[in-house]
Amino acid sequence: MTAQATVSPAVPPAPPPAVRRRPRERLPRFVLPVVGVAVAAGLYLVFRGTATLPHDDGAAPFLFLNDVRDWVDDNRNENPLFLYLINYLRLGIGGLFDAVSAGLHALPWPALIALTAAAGWLAGGRRVALVAGLGFASFGVLGVFAASVDTLALTLTAVLLSLLVGLPLGVWAGRSRRVRRLITPALDVMQIMPTFAYLGPMVLFFQIGPASATVATMIYSIPPAIRITALAVEQVSPTAIEASVSLGATRWQTLRKVHLPMARRTITLAVNQTIMMALSMVVIAALIAAPGLGSDIIRGLSRANVGVMLPAGLAIVFMGIALDRLVMATAAPRSPRRSRYGAAGVLAAAGIGLSFVLPAEYPESWEWRIGPPVDDAVRWMQSAWYDVTEAIKNIATEGLLNPLQNLLTSSPWWLVALAVLVLAWRVSGAVPAFTALGCLLAVALLGLWEHSMETLTTVLVAVVLTLLAGLALGVAAARHPRYAALQRPLLDAAQTMPAFIYLLPALALFGTTRFTAVFASVVYAVPPVVRLVEDGIKGVPQTVVEAALSSGSTTRQLLWKVQFPMARRAILLAANQGIVMTLAMVVVGGLVGAGGLGFDVVSGFSQSSDFGMGFAAGAATVLLGIMLDRITQGAERRPSPQQQKMRIA
Amino acid sequence: MLEETVEAARQVPDPAARPSGSTAIDVRGLWKIFGPRADRVLNGPDIHLDPNALLEKTGCTAAVRDVTFEVRAGEMFVVMGLSGSGKSTLVRCLTRLIEPTAGKIHIAGEDVCSASPAALRELRRHRVSMVFQHFGLLPHRRVVDNVAYGLEIQRVPKAERHRRAEEILSLVGLAGHAQSYPDQLSGGMQQRVGLARALAVDPQVMLFDEPFSALDPLIRRDMQAEVVRLHRDVGKTMVFITHDLSEALKLGQRIAIMRDGAVVQLGTPEELVAAPADDYVADFVRDVAKSEVLSLRWICRTPAENEHLDGPVMNAETIIKDAVPAVLGSARPIRVVEGGSLVGVVDRLDILAAMAARPERPRPGSRSRS
Ligand SMILES: Nc1ncnc2c1ncn2[C@@H]1O[C@H](COP(=O)(O)OP(=O)(O)OP(=O)(O)O)[C@@H](O)[C@H]1O
Ligand SMILES: [Mg+2]
Repeated sequence: MTAQATVSPAVPPAPPPAVRRRPRERLPRFVLPVVGVAVAAGLYLVFRGTATLPHDDGAAPFLFLNDVRDWVDDNRNENPLFLYLINYLRLGIGGLFDAVSAGLHALPWPALIALTAAAGWLAGGRRVALVAGLGFASFGVLGVFAASVDTLALTLTAVLLSLLVGLPLGVWAGRSRRVRRLITPALDVMQIMPTFAYLGPMVLFFQIGPASATVATMIYSIPPAIRITALAVEQVSPTAIEASVSLGATRWQTLRKVHLPMARRTITLAVNQTIMMALSMVVIAALIAAPGLGSDIIRGLSRANVGVMLPAGLAIVFMGIALDRLVMATAAPRSPRRSRYGAAGVLAAAGIGLSFVLPAEYPESWEWRIGPPVDDAVRWMQSAWYDVTEAIKNIATEGLLNPLQNLLTSSPWWLVALAVLVLAWRVSGAVPAFTALGCLLAVALLGLWEHSMETLTTVLVAVVLTLLAGLALGVAAARHPRYAALQRPLLDAAQTMPAFIYLLPALALFGTTRFTAVFASVVYAVPPVVRLVEDGIKGVPQTVVEAALSSGSTTRQLLWKVQFPMARRAILLAANQGIVMTLAMVVVGGLVGAGGLGFDVVSGFSQSSDFGMGFAAGAATVLLGIMLDRITQGAERRPSPQQQKMRIA
Repeated sequence: MLEETVEAARQVPDPAARPSGSTAIDVRGLWKIFGPRADRVLNGPDIHLDPNALLEKTGCTAAVRDVTFEVRAGEMFVVMGLSGSGKSTLVRCLTRLIEPTAGKIHIAGEDVCSASPAALRELRRHRVSMVFQHFGLLPHRRVVDNVAYGLEIQRVPKAERHRRAEEILSLVGLAGHAQSYPDQLSGGMQQRVGLARALAVDPQVMLFDEPFSALDPLIRRDMQAEVVRLHRDVGKTMVFITHDLSEALKLGQRIAIMRDGAVVQLGTPEELVAAPADDYVADFVRDVAKSEVLSLRWICRTPAENEHLDGPVMNAETIIKDAVPAVLGSARPIRVVEGGSLVGVVDRLDILAAMAARPERPRPGSRSRS
């Protein structure tokens, strides 16, 4: 990128030349932006308060969407589309969920735990059995056994259906480039879309309940199933395939004996990712009345009650860990399965035997009620650290959030639009600029301008904080390998946690305020940013670093003149990633006082008269996401969330 | 009179017209063009462009250009050429692992190009098998199951295919490794497994696509010896691809040299070394120790007026190097005979010149085929 930059430290500061050597030098690079900002400021001062678009709960688009909902409800049993397709889907999926759920609930709790442990033993031996068994036992200890089984049933149903659809599609896509090209854009859309956005349509088609929750979860968890399977099949050694064909194998024989076994490890990863994605939808799905742990969390969030959320949250995390180990253990090559049948059988039999002895319900006396002590601790923390948390909160709110929000909401809409257009044009070019502009205008047309500006404020502040923290930690890690070694496992762990977990400490520390959402998003989005920055800086070739050092650069000069410029792509990528993640989190933050679009979405599902607004707000989050993505698109190709996750796995 | 005989001995007979046993593989006018609208390119005028121009103009690569040859049953036929000359494509066309663009292929009399998918599978299952440069073993299967793979595809019962696999494994010297996994074996051993897999289906024809290129030189030499031994013992027809001249000379009964998709010369090792058809082939064989490949036929000359024709007698087929003791042990020139009649004489100077590989002497019949 900047080959000159590497030598510049050695050059003494340029002596002020009396005569300019190049009289027709271009304007310094900062002039244009400064003029731009000045013009914008001038326009703002002149036109502030005019052409604002204040929020109106009864805006026409909302009412229209309400009418659509009413029409669908009225015609649910007449319209052929519903009669012959959607209703059957709903009944079928609902029926499958009921069956799975009934099956799991029919198992006495000791049997369920023991069978899971036995499966773990079979898959990977003693340690996996222990993790799986303890993980499932924790549901009881945490006092959320029944809800956990519900969540497990929903997750398994969604995963089963996802794999049923996703694996064949993935295999097909892996073997045919044409199919791959056809489905990739669809998968991209499914993955970029904030989960909130498709809850509305789900409810419209499948009504509130387990069926629509399953479908919503599937939409989220199918892309990794397809993508990773396709990748796995695609990567099978072509020589092995050729060898098989050259011996006269049919397509089916080659698929069964070469493709699938050789792709098995990666396909297991696909299954694992599908499960993890499905689990991370638990909370969101609870918004449309999915039974299970998610509803506890929603309840806790809306009451700012950490004690209610924590057991459910922990149960989800433990379920994730248990299923993860269980599934990944099956991927281990050539494990001596046979020799484990005995132990696994004994374990399972013991569990079933115990269920005749132990009470049918998990006994309350064996629960460890962490709710009240946690609440106490939170209360203590809130009062003990009141000064600190309050100060942080106030500085951020008064210093960043409020001014920015005022600025955005009191500016005329056309000024904001203009600013977005110019900014996107400069960073990413004309086409992305107009796409971004289009998205912004569409948000205005949806009647959600003001709330979108509020959400945008939160996102911007969170992104700035995320980038600052991410850069600092990333640079530190790149510079000090010891520190990096310490930080890595933490980052790994953080990236596998479902998003809502980060709301817990945020809520405990800051109560329900807008800053809570900002804090949670920063904590959520920092790990990948740190990782990208660290990798980017480490990726600067050693020879370049040595060249800079040998010409006498200080570490600071090295950082600013060599490492940052050369890691520019990675850093832009980090920014982009940070924005996408922050947006997703800020919307969830609507539940804990962030207001804005997130709140609209949530109330859309809880109050029937707000359905239209919630639906529109879901769409608006998508539009905002696309807009921010286009503005920062400068960072060429960014890895899909899958690739991000796969690297940890 | 004697001069004519000498010339006649040096004439390289047309390989295609050679007296031969039955034909195992018969390839006529084979073309393979990669790229869009291959058919149109084949029948259009652009096809005579050189490869780069063709690629630029049409987006197509003519990987195999109008190749014709025959392989006799039981023969070891080597195809050699530089990287990208189309060897792999050619050998894959033989069983339509790559679909040829034009031409005729007959294997043991059966028309491969018009074979139905089922007939083609039968051909691949029972008659032709292949060994690959990068082995293509299945890492999730034990060695024995890798070797038995071809039989498994044919639905041979497990006990029987394992028995057969073990048999083949001991044939290639891997008797103790049936239960290992491929990644527990060295490269050379892995290729033995590849070899065993190809042998296990008891094919009539074996195709080798640079099977030893990925191995280090010592192991490669072992494997070459192994293939020579197998060829002798099991008597299969073999088509062997290589880019290594010494390998080609060591193994091949006949060698086809390819360049840019076309066969530029086809002949015995001796013919190639003694009479390269063009500079490309000449370049290839420049560094060959001629005295180790050529026979006396190529250096014998008409005796001079006063020369004594009472020296030792040697057959025209004798490799030059082997004639050294005789020529050193006698002051008289060696009489070179073929079929009982004298075809010429060779003295110390001739032999020395051949061993020093001076280009003037040992290229008698430098004819160029157009
Ligand atoms: N699937 C394909 N699509 C397009 N071009 C191809 C394809 N396969 C081979 N080619 C081209 O055909 C030509 C011959 O390739 P081939 O693999 O047969 O050469 P080769 O002689 O086997 O070389 P090597 O010694 O490197 O294996 C090359 O120019 C190659 O680029
Ligand atoms: Mg090749």
